[in-house]
Amino acid sequence: MSHDLLVALPIVIPLVTGVIALLFYEQRETQRIISAIGAAALLIAGIALLLEVRAEGILVSDMGGWPAPFGIPFVADLLSAVLVMMTGLIAFTVALYSLATMDPRRESFGFYPLFHILLMGIAGSFLTGDMFNLFVWFEVMLIASFVLIALGGERAQLEGAIKYVALNLISSAILLAAIGLLYGVAGTLNMADLGMKLQDVDEPWLVTAIGMLFLVSFGIKAAIFPMFFWLPASYHTPPIAVTALVAALLSKVGVYALIRAFTLIFTQETGYTHQILLVVAGLTMVTGVLGAVAQYEVRKLLSFHIISQIGYMLVGLAILSPLALAGSIFYIVHNMVTKTNLFLISGAAYRLQGTYELKQLGSLYRYHPYISALFFVSAMALAGMPPFSGFFAKLTLVRGSLEVEHYIIVAVALFTSVLTLFSMTKIWTEGYWTPSEAEENDELPPGVNSWPGWNSQMLAMFVPIIILAALSVGMGIFAQPVISLLIETAEQLLEPSLYIEAVIGDES
Amino acid sequence: METLMAILIGGLFASGIYLMLRRSIVKLAIGLVLLSQSANLTIFTVAGLTRGNPPLVPEGETMPLVPYADPLPQALVLTAIVIGFGVLAFTLVLVKRVYQTVGTDDMDEMRSTDGFKD
Repeated sequence: MSHDLLVALPIVIPLVTGVIALLFYEQRETQRIISAIGAAALLIAGIALLLEVRAEGILVSDMGGWPAPFGIPFVADLLSAVLVMMTGLIAFTVALYSLATMDPRRESFGFYPLFHILLMGIAGSFLTGDMFNLFVWFEVMLIASFVLIALGGERAQLEGAIKYVALNLISSAILLAAIGLLYGVAGTLNMADLGMKLQDVDEPWLVTAIGMLFLVSFGIKAAIFPMFFWLPASYHTPPIAVTALVAALLSKVGVYALIRAFTLIFTQETGYTHQILLVVAGLTMVTGVLGAVAQYEVRKLLSFHIISQIGYMLVGLAILSPLALAGSIFYIVHNMVTKTNLFLISGAAYRLQGTYELKQLGSLYRYHPYISALFFVSAMALAGMPPFSGFFAKLTLVRGSLEVEHYIIVAVALFTSVLTLFSMTKIWTEGYWTPSEAEENDELPPGVNSWPGWNSQMLAMFVPIIILAALSVGMGIFAQPVISLLIETAEQLLEPSLYIEAVIGDES
Repeated sequence: METLMAILIGGLFASGIYLMLRRSIVKLAIGLVLLSQSANLTIFTVAGLTRGNPPLVPEGETMPLVPYADPLPQALVLTAIVIGFGVLAFTLVLVKRVYQTVGTDDMDEMRSTDGFKD
């Protein structure tokens, strides 16, 4: 297959799927089938892209045949390819899951077209090689996520949506202003061209100041300290399939943009910029996990954990050593898998017990031991227990940090791990072991006997959960190939000339 | 001219942020509009303002004559305006629905989902 097609497919597939689903607006059943097929195709395209990038090196596709830096190139390096593949995986699992859990009302108001347009925005953000084009993909992604979060129009959803929309639009305005200023300084917006031209500017402080604007803008989207307040206010309000999708993907796009910008473009004064990133990463980890410890509603608790884990993903970027950066990317991949799974499992528990409140969940373990086992795997993976994926992500990150003698951030990361473990055991004891008040009064919780057997709906609900839990275990047991792939990825990121050469060519 | 524009942009940013700090969601929406417009003006101004010199290639030349107006920022601004317009339309509908559902336009009354309490 030609490279142009491979690079374009992850964007084209969701677009086509969304449009076809829109054509069948009145036929929900058809939309459901189209959505599942489209998501599976995206996963396959992502895997094909990753295999090709690993074999052939960075793939570049100049859209419309205009050579960079004049046209807009789409660039798939290892980082982009890994993240596109993960997007496909999450899309596939959540698409299956939403077949079982999405209510007919939301389905008939265009849930599936929006779902795929969101995926298109995400894949576009990962693949574009142009700053302004990145802004456009961000907007595609945002507008789809705005509607997905507000779709249904419940009071909590609307209250969450207004905060989500306001904060993300501020972030977009800052990004737009920063892009304008960047163009004023460099005269180009092609990322590779920017990376080349900004290495030897006369006034590095000016570029650094613009870099800080990008940090604030991408930081709001990635929900880093102190700009994360929109996330726990909005992520838990929509149906669980939407929560799982946005929680797995949207903030990671912010992290991806930060990694791209601060490895390729803003590397003039790393002593200053990356020191700020390091401090912010530490504070993000601690504040996020402290927020989580105080919560007793599963979805809110998990939302705060997202913030805490964004901190881990920034540590490697701040340290800029291959091993630490590989650890950070491993963390992104691991987090996408386990966090999605935790949300999906809490949705399944809600289906069976009728509540998200830990105190009322009661002794889930007694009634549904298999779900409890699946939860246990994901929770321990999130907390970083061996042999699950989280352990090796953290190990790589910590070893990478120790190698370059960043002891404080290692201490903060390990302290945060302990608190993560604490809050996961809190879910376990409160929601799975301790009988709820109702049970102590010999009343059964409302939904205990609601297990309908393995009908097609339950299969659509549990197959994604089992796939993700298996991956969580698999990435732990077969950690070596994953780590070696991600070290290659990190080395590619730390050698920006590879990216620049692939896009611009050798004539420079 | 650029200095004047810079002052204007600064004023717009400041008024946008001031409006967003108010408690009314309508003012929040107006503040968002001002913010996105000031960002658009930033792009427009930052590449330098050139009047009366369109970037056209005269006959017999291969390049437009210097100084000419840079067309790229204008294309960028146009895209940004269109996107901003779509997003604004969504925001206005959202504001209306929030007002209908919650029954108030006061941001301070919309804290049930903040997640900082049980």
